[in-house]
Amino acid sequence: MTDNSWLQIGLYLATIILCARPLGVWMAAVYEGRKTFLHRALGWLERLIYRAAGIRPDDPMNWKAYATAVMLLSLLSGIALYGLQCLQGYLPLNPEHMSGVSPDLAFNTAISFVTNTNWQSYNGETTLSYLTQMLGLTVQNFISAAVGMAVLVALIRGLRGKQTDNLGNFWADLTRGILYILLPLSVVLAMLLVSQGVVQSLNPYQKVRLVEPQHYSMRTTGSNGKMVNTRTVVRHQLLPTGPAASQIAIKQLGTNGGGFFGANSAYPYENPTPLSNWLEMAAILLIPAALCCTFGRMVGDMRQGWAIMAAMLLLLIPLMIGCTAAEHAQNPAVAHLIHHHPGWALKNHGYMEGKETRFGITDSAIWTTVTTAASNGSVNSMLDSYSAIGGLIPMWLLQLGEVVFGGVGSGLYGMIMFVIVTVFIAGLMVGRTPEYLGKKIEAFEIKMAAICVLVPPALLLTATAVACVLPGVTNALGNTGPHGFSEILYWASSTANNNGSAFAGLGTNSVFYNIVGGVLMWVGRFWIIIPTLALAGSLAKKKIIPPSSGTLPTHNGMFTCLLAATVVLVGALTFFPALALGPIVEFLSGGRL
Amino acid sequence: MRVLRAAVAMLVIMSGITGLAYPLAVTAAAQYLFPWQANGSIVNNPQNRPTGSKLIGQYFSGARYFWPRPSATAPVPYCPYNAADGGCGTGSNLGPYSPGFLAAIKRRIIRLRSADPQSTTPIPASLIMASGSGLDPDISPSAARYQINRVARARRMPVARLRRLVKRFTRGRTFGILGAPRVNVLELNLALNRLARKRKH
Repeated sequence: MTDNSWLQIGLYLATIILCARPLGVWMAAVYEGRKTFLHRALGWLERLIYRAAGIRPDDPMNWKAYATAVMLLSLLSGIALYGLQCLQGYLPLNPEHMSGVSPDLAFNTAISFVTNTNWQSYNGETTLSYLTQMLGLTVQNFISAAVGMAVLVALIRGLRGKQTDNLGNFWADLTRGILYILLPLSVVLAMLLVSQGVVQSLNPYQKVRLVEPQHYSMRTTGSNGKMVNTRTVVRHQLLPTGPAASQIAIKQLGTNGGGFFGANSAYPYENPTPLSNWLEMAAILLIPAALCCTFGRMVGDMRQGWAIMAAMLLLLIPLMIGCTAAEHAQNPAVAHLIHHHPGWALKNHGYMEGKETRFGITDSAIWTTVTTAASNGSVNSMLDSYSAIGGLIPMWLLQLGEVVFGGVGSGLYGMIMFVIVTVFIAGLMVGRTPEYLGKKIEAFEIKMAAICVLVPPALLLTATAVACVLPGVTNALGNTGPHGFSEILYWASSTANNNGSAFAGLGTNSVFYNIVGGVLMWVGRFWIIIPTLALAGSLAKKKIIPPSSGTLPTHNGMFTCLLAATVVLVGALTFFPALALGPIVEFLSGGRL
Repeated sequence: MRVLRAAVAMLVIMSGITGLAYPLAVTAAAQYLFPWQANGSIVNNPQNRPTGSKLIGQYFSGARYFWPRPSATAPVPYCPYNAADGGCGTGSNLGPYSPGFLAAIKRRIIRLRSADPQSTTPIPASLIMASGSGLDPDISPSAARYQINRVARARRMPVARLRRLVKRFTRGRTFGILGAPRVNVLELNLALNRLARKRKH
């Protein structure tokens, strides 16, 4: 840790906290259908959309209707994206003549983007046409983010509803989320990113002449099938391009995280300068943090929102500091190597492998904590080469269930499930029926919350175990030993919790990983959304009872600590055995494996 | 069935807005306002032909040039795209204590030391550890300074001249806070070539 690290962490957190309230209050106004200044510019478009789609924005929906609409749109989105990928070879805007994507990869990618996961078993610049990137992936970046926010808003309406069935209208929530929140922010961010050097064009890849031609001798398979040495001279570089900035803006704002290019935000055309890095990093937590204030505003008590945000910060800050410190430390294995070669001297060797010079260790480690706390999953450095502890922290953040800010909407509704578990535990301690915001929490609510909390861990631990014992599956490993186990555990944690980042040494473009990963992402997304909406429907039907002397206040420091402790307890108890086999044993070995 | 109609219509409309109108409008605005950046920050050589991008690193291996960081791209270092085998920008993804990583470190140290046997300066980490994209255009200022003696000998240039050049191309943290100090290798090497041409005339 350097002084600069402390300064940057402080500046980052201050930025996020300062932006939360104004943006959160604004979003509350949008979702409540109040007129804002953007309605003057875009109101006509909103009305036009409703008319074209045959929607009345004030039509009430009960939880089943809301869930049906969510599922139907997601299903259709998945089918459209699958088809687009398979047919891209025959479609326009394909200057590099990319052929259709293989069925298992297209299946994985379609589910990945529809569920806001953005796991990528492919490299964008070698696999997808510009049309697929725009009309397929960019669209799902918007829709999946807006779906997450809509489900959160439905849950909030359930919490504040008085003996009603109405959770609002999904189509109106979706349209407003995209039109008034995601789209304007994306336009601004995209233009800022272009000014920094992010590419945005429809031209073919560009060939440039290298300053110093390079001579290589390579071993290749000759015509007789034997390995032969061939000398080649490389004189050119082919520079990929494409409509990247428009996709990268929403990829960060919507906590999607899928890179336009394979190396994601480490790729210079995707994240060219320290300033672009800062903007993208701020964009990741901007909406998830602000939604806490939207929540507070909509339930009529800002303190409720701040208490939840405080619990999130309580978890995030120590982990952010821990990751940054771990990456700045000396690599014991490298130190050992140097020690045994007299005369070799190395300068300040932190864990620079897999990190970019312009970001340095600090901005890489902050990014990594932020992107895994939020269910963003874009990376600006390669997590597979992180230190044992530096890699443990992002992995554990995924496993906590993506509730430390989490995805847009999905993070907060996930956290509200933990709130329900927390008030339940507190209720057990004092022997009273638990309540939250005046709603009695009864058996049905606890069951739904328990499903949300337990489904992802059950999924990911099972999938990890299966992947470890099935023959042939471990051939995909990029590393062996505990680090190889970490690669599989990370893959399952990332897909089941809809994050999308990876220990990328694991080669997952195979039928097993594509299909199983697809199933994990789908179940991990919708087996949370459906119980959440069911819970919202059940809460909406209840009376609001005024607080009494026996009510547990949910807006103070004690509750914040209780909530954070519940999240940690569930996360630690569930995952300690698995983590012990991977990063923990790697750490204890001191680099000598 | 009304919900099915609404779902289809919404998907089509939102695809039009966010998948066509939005990216095309941003492309038009970007091409108008920031054409150089939007098209890849291309740098031209003295013959006015594109010779690289300011943002994408190139491999240099001759003693006369400053070397970039190691790169894990295939089939050759600093290969952003290779249609034949799907090669593209990537990190090594080697575990921090893995035998593969340590062997690479060893190889890189030996290469640096044999290129400049007299040097006793400690080797900066960024010269022996590969970047995340494999296309990192920058090296740290200490990595540039480490190479000054070697380049000066190969080009028969005074060391002080090169020190000034490296200093001129060193960029600090943005606003004094963000990112890390760095030197763009391509810009530095192009400047070296320009100096050499000037001296010839």
